[in-house]
Amino acid sequence: MATLEIRDLHVTVEVENGTKEILKGVDLTVKQGETHAIMGPNGSGKSTLAYSLAGHPKYTITSGTVLLDGEDVLGMSVDERARAGLFLAMQYPVEVPGVSVSNFLRTSATAIRGEAPKLRTWVKEVKETMQRLNMDPAFAERNVNEGFSGGEKKRHEILQLELLKPKIAILDETDSGLDVDALRVVSEGVNRVRESGEVGTMLITHYTRILRYIKPDYVHVFSAGRIVESGGAELADKLENEGYEVYTKGGASA
Amino acid sequence: MAEAQNIPVGSTTAGQIAVAAESTVATRMSAPPSFDVQDFPVPHGREEEWRFTPLERLRGLHDGTAVATGDGVKVDIDAPEGVIVETVGRDDARIGKAGTPVDRVAAQAYSAFEKAGVVTVPKETVLTEPIRIAVHGEGGIAYGHQVVELGAFAEAVVIIDHTGDAVLAANVDYILGDGAKLTVVSVQDWDDKAVHVGQHNALIGRDATFKSFVVTFGGDLVRLHPRVAYAGTGGEAELFGLYFTDAGQHQEHRLLVDHNTPHCKSNVAYKGALQGQDAHAVWIGDVLIEAKAEGTDTYEMNRNLVLTDGARVDSVPNLEIETGEIVGAGHASATGRFDDEQLFYLMARGIPADEARRLVVRGFFAELVQQIGVDDIEERLLVKIDEELEASV
Repeated sequence: MATLEIRDLHVTVEVENGTKEILKGVDLTVKQGETHAIMGPNGSGKSTLAYSLAGHPKYTITSGTVLLDGEDVLGMSVDERARAGLFLAMQYPVEVPGVSVSNFLRTSATAIRGEAPKLRTWVKEVKETMQRLNMDPAFAERNVNEGFSGGEKKRHEILQLELLKPKIAILDETDSGLDVDALRVVSEGVNRVRESGEVGTMLITHYTRILRYIKPDYVHVFSAGRIVESGGAELADKLENEGYEVYTKGGASA
Repeated sequence: MAEAQNIPVGSTTAGQIAVAAESTVATRMSAPPSFDVQDFPVPHGREEEWRFTPLERLRGLHDGTAVATGDGVKVDIDAPEGVIVETVGRDDARIGKAGTPVDRVAAQAYSAFEKAGVVTVPKETVLTEPIRIAVHGEGGIAYGHQVVELGAFAEAVVIIDHTGDAVLAANVDYILGDGAKLTVVSVQDWDDKAVHVGQHNALIGRDATFKSFVVTFGGDLVRLHPRVAYAGTGGEAELFGLYFTDAGQHQEHRLLVDHNTPHCKSNVAYKGALQGQDAHAVWIGDVLIEAKAEGTDTYEMNRNLVLTDGARVDSVPNLEIETGEIVGAGHASATGRFDDEQLFYLMARGIPADEARRLVVRGFFAELVQQIGVDDIEERLLVKIDEELEASV
């Protein structure tokens, strides 16, 4: 069973007046089939965690380990991490001019699966997945994220999640900027992947709204660069009622 | 209808749609068109038509100091049966019929060449194989002139392939008879030191179709003027261009479509990729819709993809409209970057870095390459694009 183990992760970024530590010792274990909601106020370091795990060059790991099934993730390049089974659905997906969605998806699936998918079954697979996400077939001929609305970008991220079938999926604020209809469609996509039982999900969010559609097994409160409280789904209800103030005002209490 | 976006530092994109009684396209030039080099002052670099060009790298083509040497270029023409291939003297009436030199170097080429090549496809002759004109630089200085003439309803594909090293100023005239269809692919695959300047004039007959691909990879400095005018109504021009500008290279394409006749169409699409320190691409797209050219339908577009820091693009679409009785007119120019965030996004989907770059650049050029319709040329261009990319890593 696939397991992602994050141990005492410290991460810095370069800022104008020097180096700033963003993550200050994150510990978390995510197993296949589990869903972990990572919740916290803006600036607490949630997205830094997501991008550090994916290997974004902006972030420097100063200490700690990340293992996926015992393999050292931090020693892998960005593409190696993805091929090892990590997937990051980005909050702000990047426009790639000149590359069509269909070409991108196929190139990506070929890289992840280690061989080119058979054309006929692939076309059908993409088409059906897009249909379930309420995406127009014409979408496949557009350039990756170019001119996409906020909702289209997020659907496109979840389309990739469904097609690439990672071991560990990190969803970075997938709910932000979505109206209720789009949120439901996107959540259904995530749930289809979860129902396979083969993915461990890290759902990073600021709001509890998405948790009505995607039920977490665990909820972690993130503040000032680390997890300050962990619990079951009921912790989300507490956050809904009380907000993050208790974690931010009186100083983080672990 | 103009747009400009994502402009990397150091690049410019400017555009205008002018509604004018008098042509600014013509008046922006420092001298009127002429076949005589003496009618053009030696440029000093601040003229509108020279301001982007590093004159010192023209190797004397612009100031009369470049004298033809015997070992300039070697021209081989491979033509299918039915095509007439001639070498003619300066007084041949077909020379200069498609257009008049618009700058000093084009006029210099016209004034200095000794013999011109003329390739004729007789009327109603439809070729199934391309005419191939190989221009190979032998290291010297040369001036040249080539005429390609299609009789009425003739159809042909012409490939002009420039390789080797030379300092060359040469003009090409394309003359299309009524209903003729000509596709031209001019490949500038020069060695690194070559300098190539020229004016390509197309005169499109009634209901004739002209399709041009200008593909520039090589050279130290390449500066071309693809120009189109119409000799009758119903003419169509499609002007496509690809360039891949590397470190230190200057590649400049200056187009003019002169809608001087009613009910003609034009479509211009040039795309360039740039990489490396001091890679410099210049694209000037002038479209003039004269007062008498009612029913004109025109669109022009330039896209640039900047792959690394240190490269510069100057893109200037310019649409000038003297009549409102047209079907459509528009232009667009955009310069975008392939940057670390795009690389990260593609790699985060399992795609290795070199493949990600190839994906982006191939995708960027694909829509143009696929329209060429000559398999060996398409394949060669894709290989060339990959080679250029590998050289950058």
